[in-house]
Amino acid sequence: MAKRETPLLDQLESGPWPSFVTDIKRQAETKPECWDILGILELSYKERITHWKHGGIVGVFGYGGGIVGRYADVPELFPGVEHFHTIRVAQPASKYYTSANLRQLMALWEKYGSGMTNFHGSTGDIILLGTRTENLEPFFWDLTHDMGQDLGGSGSNLRTPANCIGESRCEWACYDTEEACHSMTIKYQDEIHRPAFPYKFKFKFSGCPNDCVASIARSDISVIGTWRDAIRIDQAAVKEYVAGNYPANGGAHSGKDWGKFDITKEVINLCPTDCMWMEGAELKIDDKECTRCMHCINVMPRALRPGLDKGASLCVGAKAPILDGAQFATLIIPFVKMSKDNDFEELVDFIEKVWDWWMEVGKNRERVGETMQRVGLPTFLSVMGVTPIPQHVKEPRSNPYIFWREEEVEGGFTRDIDEFRAKHKA
Amino acid sequence: MGYNPQKPMEGRISDLGPPYYENFFPPVIKANKGKWLWHEITQPGVLMHKSETGDEVYSVRVGCPRLVSVEYIREVCTIADKHCDGFLRFTTRNNIEFMVDSRAKVQPLLDTLASYGNKYPVGGTGAGVTNIVHTQGWVHCHTPATDASGVVKAVMDELFDYFTSMTLPAQVRIALACCLNMCGAVHASDIAILGIHRKPPMIDNKRISGVCELPLAIASCPLGAVKPAKAIVDGVEIKSVKVTVERCMFCGNCYTMCPAMPLADPEGDGIAILVGGKVSNRISAPKFSKLVIPFLPNTTPRWPETVSAVKKILVAYAADAKKYERIGEWAERIGWEKFFEKCDIPFTEKSIDDYRLAYDTWRTTVQFKFTSHIK
Repeated sequence: MAKRETPLLDQLESGPWPSFVTDIKRQAETKPECWDILGILELSYKERITHWKHGGIVGVFGYGGGIVGRYADVPELFPGVEHFHTIRVAQPASKYYTSANLRQLMALWEKYGSGMTNFHGSTGDIILLGTRTENLEPFFWDLTHDMGQDLGGSGSNLRTPANCIGESRCEWACYDTEEACHSMTIKYQDEIHRPAFPYKFKFKFSGCPNDCVASIARSDISVIGTWRDAIRIDQAAVKEYVAGNYPANGGAHSGKDWGKFDITKEVINLCPTDCMWMEGAELKIDDKECTRCMHCINVMPRALRPGLDKGASLCVGAKAPILDGAQFATLIIPFVKMSKDNDFEELVDFIEKVWDWWMEVGKNRERVGETMQRVGLPTFLSVMGVTPIPQHVKEPRSNPYIFWREEEVEGGFTRDIDEFRAKHKA
Repeated sequence: MGYNPQKPMEGRISDLGPPYYENFFPPVIKANKGKWLWHEITQPGVLMHKSETGDEVYSVRVGCPRLVSVEYIREVCTIADKHCDGFLRFTTRNNIEFMVDSRAKVQPLLDTLASYGNKYPVGGTGAGVTNIVHTQGWVHCHTPATDASGVVKAVMDELFDYFTSMTLPAQVRIALACCLNMCGAVHASDIAILGIHRKPPMIDNKRISGVCELPLAIASCPLGAVKPAKAIVDGVEIKSVKVTVERCMFCGNCYTMCPAMPLADPEGDGIAILVGGKVSNRISAPKFSKLVIPFLPNTTPRWPETVSAVKKILVAYAADAKKYERIGEWAERIGWEKFFEKCDIPFTEKSIDDYRLAYDTWRTTVQFKFTSHIK
């Protein structure tokens, strides 16, 4: 493949942020098909429109997911990207790697693919970007046999679960997000690789309400760490913050002079439930009123820590706007214990109950959050066997249109109109 | 020995799942998992976590373009081999983290990173702009309304100083999705850059019979704008669809279901800007991003209109918001009418929602109290 002229893309080589164009050009020295990636992209920059065809069903035997088919719509111009299929490789929890592992994967991709990747895709997988159909099976063979690794999900199946960094390097994790994510990923390999759902389904595991993996915004089942006892306070460290000896918010604001740290202004008055106060030099918290928003803990990480009775809240139904609008996940189970010792039994029961129902009633291409909207939250809670509590809503409904069930109304729904008319002339 | 196309199922291995994460832990992480006490950002891009064992881990965070080559990853491995015993990790926002187990090892690592020029910028921590999460765009996707990597590069060039510093009132999360499918889930970002279409789909009657299940295409439209229709192809009447243009909101869902209904267009496509979203439960509940600029053109290769719009919002926020306030909290405190004024963004009818669904009485936060209702 010949070198391509890319006058438009070349303008993305200047500036302080690292340039993907420069990187692709360097890769083209050993993988000349990269010139065709640049060539087709340059054409898109010139014409301001994509040059990839819609669809193309490719995969490896026995899997319905993990590969996304892609073909150029101008293969005669750019034969190097005529086929440009994506391979999703399941990432390890928290995306830690050894260089040995990455080098081995890169050697495979140099052999079978374009030499370009995404670290990582939006869902979390390693994305290997661009290969030909005939390379898929040989790549998969080597991936499984030589590396013991596997593909992630795509299509109407369980997508590769993802988690925040959790206990491995964060003091706020309220459960082991890595172990939960890995366990569920291994347990549900069949659901990841063989589409059997109405539409895509995502799990994301965040260790605390800061939600660094954005689970409440984009996962069908969102597992967010929380606690139900008291925030742990180190009063000596509180004094250090008040004295200005420890930087607020772990030093996150150190680039600007915000003035001396003021615990009243920066912590107590910003508490959304107004449940904190000072008694002399001591910080007090009325934990019964706390909604665990994390602000005070974020500001004073050396003084405050989540409680000890930890677990997770389970929320259901987040999605991006397509089609009926964006949804955050709705709180369904306020608190479950999350333990490897019982194989995350409560979570597994919950997941499978959601799936059993959704696979039955969900329409084609309907996310579970949309199914919930269609049937209503009371119906969803009922099929889940969850007793409705005020925590399920922000506020009670403001309309009176209740779907009373016949058995709830004395005497039932069947009445005799003649009997009625005998007493009430028309 | 490798794949044998004659016997594709022989010796096949499947359903292995991902590698066990712990095998990739640096020793200091393995030894201290679950024991971390607190952390501090010692300088922009450098985090120190302190364990109850007394151990420390220093993580140096580096911005990564996400679209990276095999050679790039090898180079990153070389850096990890030299300084981090061959361990590294990636963050949920496409940054790379190099971890070392003592303060003394930080500066040599930073020196090595600096020796590569602008390739490995250190930053993305605290009250600044971290890496933009984004989608594929024109480099790989079939439905985009804009590019992804190029827009991100242009925006990050302009915002670079915010990546390497911590001068903002709070962290600012920017995300880009190149069409309304939003595989990047940008709908809860402080600033969302979103590719949008503005022309209704064309109907490729010559192809529709072969590639499209008409009932699915018709059902795909959330507004009932796609209807059954007849068309004549080479003198023969075929079953097809038509689009009621007044009802089309350009979501592109029909094209996802039916390849014979393309809607991308150089003039029609461009970028919308949404602001004020967040996922954290900190202080206020998670929020959706709100549409404040309905359309900016795809001016390649550097999208100057988009770059300047994002910068303008950021500068206004930096000047006016209180410490800890996210963009959405700032906008709500001052009022959206003030937001438009302070950011010098003209308000148009396009920012008034005329779509559907207010399911807003459901609780979409994990803020709640353990009252007697919870058994």
